Amino acid sequence: MSAAGTARLPMFAGVAAGFKSVARYLRGVLGADAYENYLEHYRRLGHQHAPMTEREFWRDHTDRQDANPQGRCC
Amino acid sequence: MAGMSGGDGGARGTGAQLTEEPDLPDTAVDEEVLEAEDRKWTPAKIGIWAGIALLGGISWVMLAIVRGETVNAIWFVFASVCTYLIAYRFYSKYIQKHLLRPNDRRATPAEYKADGKDYVRTDRNVLFGHHFAAIAGAGPLVGPIIAAQMGYLPGTIWIIIGVVLAGAVQDYLVMFFSMRRGGRSLGQMAREELGIIGGTAALVATLLIMVIIVAILALVVVNALGESPWGVFSVGMTIPIALFMGVYLRYLRPGKVMEVSIIGFVLLMAAIIGGGIVAETEWGAAFFHLDKVTIAWGLIVYGFIAAILPVWLLLAPRDYLSTFMKIGVIVMLALAIIVVRPEITVPAFSEFASRDNGPVFPGALFPFLFVTIACGALSGFHALIASGTTPKLVEKERQTRYIGYGGMLMESFVAIMALVAAISIDRGLYFAMNAPAALTGGTVETAAAWVNSLGLSGVNISPDLLSQTAANVGEESIVSRTGGAPTLAVGLAHIMQQFIGGTALMAFWYHFAIMFEALFILTAVDAGTRVARFMLQDSIGNFVPKFKEHGWRPGAWLCTAIMVGAWGAVLLMGVTDPLGGINTLFPLFGIANQLLAAIALSVCLAIVAKRGTFKYLWIVALPLAFAAVVTITASYQKIFSSTPAVGYFANNAAFSKALADGKTEFGSAKSVAAMEAVVRNTAIQGWLSVIFVVLSIIVIATALIATVKAFQDVRAGRTPHDHEDPEVPSRVFAPAGIVPTPAEKALLAEWEKLPLELRVEKAGHH
Repeated sequence: MSAAGTARLPMFAGVAAGFKSVARYLRGVLGADAYENYLEHYRRLGHQHAPMTEREFWRDHTDRQDANPQGRCC
Repeated sequence: MAGMSGGDGGARGTGAQLTEEPDLPDTAVDEEVLEAEDRKWTPAKIGIWAGIALLGGISWVMLAIVRGETVNAIWFVFASVCTYLIAYRFYSKYIQKHLLRPNDRRATPAEYKADGKDYVRTDRNVLFGHHFAAIAGAGPLVGPIIAAQMGYLPGTIWIIIGVVLAGAVQDYLVMFFSMRRGGRSLGQMAREELGIIGGTAALVATLLIMVIIVAILALVVVNALGESPWGVFSVGMTIPIALFMGVYLRYLRPGKVMEVSIIGFVLLMAAIIGGGIVAETEWGAAFFHLDKVTIAWGLIVYGFIAAILPVWLLLAPRDYLSTFMKIGVIVMLALAIIVVRPEITVPAFSEFASRDNGPVFPGALFPFLFVTIACGALSGFHALIASGTTPKLVEKERQTRYIGYGGMLMESFVAIMALVAAISIDRGLYFAMNAPAALTGGTVETAAAWVNSLGLSGVNISPDLLSQTAANVGEESIVSRTGGAPTLAVGLAHIMQQFIGGTALMAFWYHFAIMFEALFILTAVDAGTRVARFMLQDSIGNFVPKFKEHGWRPGAWLCTAIMVGAWGAVLLMGVTDPLGGINTLFPLFGIANQLLAAIALSVCLAIVAKRGTFKYLWIVALPLAFAAVVTITASYQKIFSSTPAVGYFANNAAFSKALADGKTEFGSAKSVAAMEAVVRNTAIQGWLSVIFVVLSIIVIATALIATVKAFQDVRAGRTPHDHEDPEVPSRVFAPAGIVPTPAEKALLAEWEKLPLELRVEKAGHH
């Protein structure tokens, strides 16, 4: 049993990794990773003032959508 | 914006050689290396492409020539996918090489304007999904179904060939040119390239077209929800669910988008199941049983409130839900069709293919089939999406082929699947569902008698089948459920119940389909109203500057009210139309959408000419000419045809004459009020057609003038002024397609070796 279990382990690890990459992809498509992208951009640039917190960022995110609406297709 | 605002001299100006960064690996694979890769035909590669070509060829033969008693749905999948693959590999590369000539050593707006918010370099595969979710909506799920009246072959050919030569070309070109211009919108590009007259005509046309498109999408929802307590309940529940998600994301757990989307999805499923339970109860059936006029008014009030509420409360959360559902539904539909492989009994060309009096939409195959199927083959609306968000996110220029051309191929595939779902149901059922109540009489007996009287080969429907199907999908009646959505829902339920759950789950699948279509459409209605409101505010702002301030509440509310009033009026006109609403208005939707495509392609034509690529101008001219001929012919017939079913003014004259003669009923209008409604509606529809076509002809004409002028300039040795952003050297590398090529892999490996702090660009000079 244990031998079979260890034999299966890499497969499970593979499935888990596959699942994770699907989840990461979906997050990207949904735009759920916008804050991480912002932080990464911020880190690269290195302004003097602190970056927006997650809460501030998402407020700003939707408020900018208010000011700059994008169409959805039919 | 941050990157460029410093105002460095650097490598600016067109024609300037982009200097290599000495500390970095190459930012692009050499053109010659890429071409050598393309030209290297190994036996395996030859085998694969020969196999694809052979399979595609066989599938087309099965669909178009063999077509025995039945044809299996799997041939639709093979014919379309093989054609897409060949077009993507050969035609889009041809366009890339000769017409667009992307330069990966040049930074994209996402790099040189990087701000971490609007301009963000996005992984190409993620952006593909993102772009696809933004372009695909209810359109490709509705048009092919309505067009199925002519049989499956005309629609299939147009969807597949149309996307390859027209739709995907338009999306690709607009995206590329917008990217070269910092993500400018179609309207701004039209203004720059076509001058003040063409630009203004394009703007007004776009605004009017948006009104029509929103109104007709709303009409599809109203038709699907009328007299359907289950549908009204479950779709209505999406509003509180979205509000909850909005509050959750704003106050409880900001940024947890995936989490809230999953919660929202579970609630959505609960709303569908709950709808079935509520509709069973006496109070539920009474309370949620609404007629179409009430639903239309509800939608108008909703549209106004939704468009003035802050984005975070309703639009953003529903957008997440809609994207989530979109991907899920499409994967599910594809799997179901491949697993179930339904047999199709619909003929390739139906009896109505050669006539102009079909019950589902009037008019002859040419041009009306080509306007009925807009989304999925050629959709002008995409030009508004492809210029705007996506170009600001593209990482490398060469990726636009995959995202722009490839993304549209994907939408076309959705349209093919919708067509398959619609034609997998009984043909008699199809006509009973899609003909207006004026023809079917509204009851199962009259509908069955009417369908059988059409004399369609192999069609003999019993009233029992109609009532049984309605019972299976949990509706009171499915007779004259026009608008395409209910037919798709029945088709999807029919296929899915063979896949999962059997007849017992048909009602669930039906309402699941209605739910996602309504979700897509409500998002489009809400976002469309907002965009139109901004456009109107900007236009009025040219005369009354105060209106340009988007934060000014009275202006925003007034303009929102005007836009909602405009589409609301068209919606009510469609709902109360004695002739059947969707049947008379849907052609207008298609014409509007295709005219927008003609406008977008006109702008592309002018740009291509100014780039001096005359030899390959035909790549743009071909779809432009086709779209122009189709839409202008369709408009001409809608305006001048003497057949009342086709021509708006002929119908208007017929009903006016009947009224003048003192008749109290005429055709399908059973009262004087109904006759007056027809006179009013046909006049409005007719004049709208006139305005659309005139505006579009102005845009096309200005584009042709710009093209000729560019030609003369080039011959006289002058360089036409182009409006591209200045060239900025790129400091990043990413592959162009789904999978990196060997040369791209080798270059990627070089970048991997670089220390992390060097691997990303130091944007701007802060």
